[in-house]
Amino acid sequence: MNIGVTIFPGSNCDRDAMRAVELVGATPVQLWHADPDLKNVDAVIVPGGFSYGDYLRPGAIARFASVMGEVERFANAGGPVLGVCNGFQVLTEAHLLPGALLQNMNLRFVSKRVRVRVEARDTPWTAACESGEELMLPVAHNEGNYFADADTLARLEDESRVVLRYLENPNGSANDIAGVCNEARNVVGIMPHPERVSDDLLGSDEGLKILRSVLVGAGV
Amino acid sequence: MDELSIKDTYTALGLSDFEYDRILELMERPPNFLELSLFSVMWSEHCGYKNSRPLLSRFPNDGPRVLQGPGENAGVVEVGDGWALAFKVESHNHPSAVEPYEGAATGVGGIVRDILAMGARPVAVLDSLRFGPLDEERNRYLFREVVRGIGGYGNAVGVPTVGGEVEFDRSYSGNPLVNAMCVGLIRTEDLMSAKATGEGNLVVLIGSKTGRDGIHGATFASDELSEESESRRSNVQVGDPFAEKMAIECCLKLLEGNLLVSLQDLGAAGITSSASEMAAKGGVGIEIETDKVPLRESGMEPWEIMISESQERMLAIVEPDDIEKVLALTERYGLVGVVVGRVAGHGELRVIHDGEVVGGVSAGHLADAPTYEREVVRPKYLDEIPKVNLNKLPEPDDFNEVLLKLLGSPNLRSRHSIYEQYDHEVQTNTVVRPGADAAVMRIKGTKRGFAATIDGRGRHCYLDPRGGGAATVAEAYGNLSCVGAEPVAVTDCLNFGSPEKPDGYFQLAECIEGMAEACEVFGTPVVSGNVSLFNETDRGAIFPTPVVGMVGIFEDVSRHATPRFKREGDMAVALGGVGSEGVSLAGSEYLSVVHGEGSGSPPEVNLAVEKKVSDLVRGMVRSGLIDTAHDISGGGEVVAVAEMALAGGVGFEYEEEEVGRMVEGQGRGRADLAFFGEESGGFVIAFPEEKWDDVQEALGVDGIAYDTIGEVGGDRFKVGNFIDLPLSEMKEAYERDLFE
Repeated sequence: MNIGVTIFPGSNCDRDAMRAVELVGATPVQLWHADPDLKNVDAVIVPGGFSYGDYLRPGAIARFASVMGEVERFANAGGPVLGVCNGFQVLTEAHLLPGALLQNMNLRFVSKRVRVRVEARDTPWTAACESGEELMLPVAHNEGNYFADADTLARLEDESRVVLRYLENPNGSANDIAGVCNEARNVVGIMPHPERVSDDLLGSDEGLKILRSVLVGAGV
Repeated sequence: MDELSIKDTYTALGLSDFEYDRILELMERPPNFLELSLFSVMWSEHCGYKNSRPLLSRFPNDGPRVLQGPGENAGVVEVGDGWALAFKVESHNHPSAVEPYEGAATGVGGIVRDILAMGARPVAVLDSLRFGPLDEERNRYLFREVVRGIGGYGNAVGVPTVGGEVEFDRSYSGNPLVNAMCVGLIRTEDLMSAKATGEGNLVVLIGSKTGRDGIHGATFASDELSEESESRRSNVQVGDPFAEKMAIECCLKLLEGNLLVSLQDLGAAGITSSASEMAAKGGVGIEIETDKVPLRESGMEPWEIMISESQERMLAIVEPDDIEKVLALTERYGLVGVVVGRVAGHGELRVIHDGEVVGGVSAGHLADAPTYEREVVRPKYLDEIPKVNLNKLPEPDDFNEVLLKLLGSPNLRSRHSIYEQYDHEVQTNTVVRPGADAAVMRIKGTKRGFAATIDGRGRHCYLDPRGGGAATVAEAYGNLSCVGAEPVAVTDCLNFGSPEKPDGYFQLAECIEGMAEACEVFGTPVVSGNVSLFNETDRGAIFPTPVVGMVGIFEDVSRHATPRFKREGDMAVALGGVGSEGVSLAGSEYLSVVHGEGSGSPPEVNLAVEKKVSDLVRGMVRSGLIDTAHDISGGGEVVAVAEMALAGGVGFEYEEEEVGRMVEGQGRGRADLAFFGEESGGFVIAFPEEKWDDVQEALGVDGIAYDTIGEVGGDRFKVGNFIDLPLSEMKEAYERDLFE
């Protein structure tokens, strides 16, 4: 399986994501922001970082990058897309996912490992997890405070589209939301970084379950 | 210029009469304003090391693993398997005093570029910070903004901030210290140099556009801070981590393609220092056409362009045949990439504007700032430091309260509220995250890894400059040893007051002597460094604070230790302690926090014994015998053990008899001295009981003092009849947010 990883100017988790893709036995493919070409990949990861310096608003400029038109087409056709951290912000800005990521409640960058619970395993990015499974995943962001209006939140809950939920909320997110999916469930955005817990030497390899999910074939 | 205005001009630029005469002598004609500006920045303390160069020669620089000593952008040591580490520490104290966010941010940016200039990928940042006490609003502001600045830059640039230290003391009020260290990873065969070669080769400016920011920053950084400093805010550079991230990726790509002859970052004194250093190293000349430099402000004069400290810029020497490929890559990364000059045979840094030569100075002359050697005179204050009088020091009634007070004091409290603002895991190499004695990083594709620590002991250096200098190196050596890394080399940042005052010069000279002695004993040469003098305000000089960054190596990084207690039932042993007089309260945190005193001379450091103890602990970690170790430092043994319990989230109980032994033995009848007295070279280790025989055998070899002290378990922390606290209450004090 070929998994594309988008690279915007200012992405800084692209190399980590590609390495994690290799660790689960898939082939990583670089998708350069200026090239409107997904190179026939089977799935796309939009990695973390500070695309375009986070200037204006995280993700606000990246959504207009040439590659993003193709990512949108791919997503709308049902292709599996995962946005991690800045990638999640990009996907909300591109309206592939509902809601927005606001500045953390305490106005500080937060970098630590937090416990999250897998709330929905019927997505291509959680299929290898157990339902209700608890994972310890790193977060590192300044804008991770998930916000959506009350109707949207209610809909997300009703349709079981909250994919990951914080057990200790690090940023003030509504409903402790750490990740959501789109209506078709093929597009997932999460704030925690699964690629960072990819090796026992780093304390755990629990994050690989997320990336491995796309290989086992999701119940989309 | 008439004679008076000449004197006014060079004085305003920070040059002395003597220095101006020297310039006349070297040039054999009066310099014009641009040339004078070049001298002013290159002969500032910051660039020219006028006061420190003769003293710095005292440091050992050589060792079996050293691939590059001082003289390049960073020192380099060999790791094995074809890998090397480039590392250096640098100060950004003055800019941070007036504009803390940008000052700290560009401090990180600058040190990251130094590492990049060696051809290495920056993989870790550490920082050493000092502020005045948090009861002053200004200090709280500086602290908050410096931490935000480090995070704001480091996080965006994608280099993890993995370690560091912070201390608060009145002497740093208004003059904070912001020292940033960066470590980079490189294949030994890919090492770069900043040496310009090849007449006719092109000089390419890569990165951001040039503006007026930071003009005369190097001169500013070489002066005392005063009310006037506030008005020099425009001397502080503004950082753009996004541009830096692009510059890193672009330069690494250029190096990968073997497209560069040499590479240099633009730091203090901008194009002037970079170009003249590159020229001086290669024994060639460089011509810069200032009108070719892309500007972001209009109407900049050639001299402004030459000394602008605009950030995120690199200077590369490129062979004409490769220039197209180079410029194509800079364009791909959205960076400025422009030929601004060429390597020439004349040996000068020559400035050309619109086709006309507007100035020229021998690169060798610029690199050869005059040096000043002064008489080393022992300051009076050292003989007037009051001794600690134990008889007049009341013993506390409530040791629970004392421990909580110590754990909650700003100097000992958990640093989580700081490091949680730093991305410490990006690049996925961080094996031991912040909060341990040293950061531990893996090197992908090998079993190897490295550890890094940064340490300073300002109060100790004030009370005993030579001993404090040695103790600073010893602490770094101990920190690396107790995570299990073999310490290999040092980078240092010498933060001192004015060397033009006898006390300041004595402190500088003596600290260097102490550090040099320790580096010799430990076999850890100094391979790079930086000097920050004139750290004074109207309240006086800072504590002399040499900061030591040290890196160590693992052959097998999976064999490492952390301070965290890991298992219920583990035995704990305290070992070492090498002072001739045993533990002492002199200059201790206990004395300062509980009794509000800063008196006494800390116990002397016995370097040879200290090395032996550190090596022993490291040996036990490397052989896999122990995975839990912590050095005893501020707050003494009981605070060290409490930290281990807090880190592991598990309680601890001292053995009843051991508490008695401690009080009678090292406490000489006093519990406070026994529990909170300090000395260097002490460690606490923990291990499952079944390993006790093997541990004992290891400990026995060198005839080192050790004691079993108690057992890990439960949810309380107990020290005989003196201390009995639930861990949760300690945690509340220890983990309180430092920014509240």
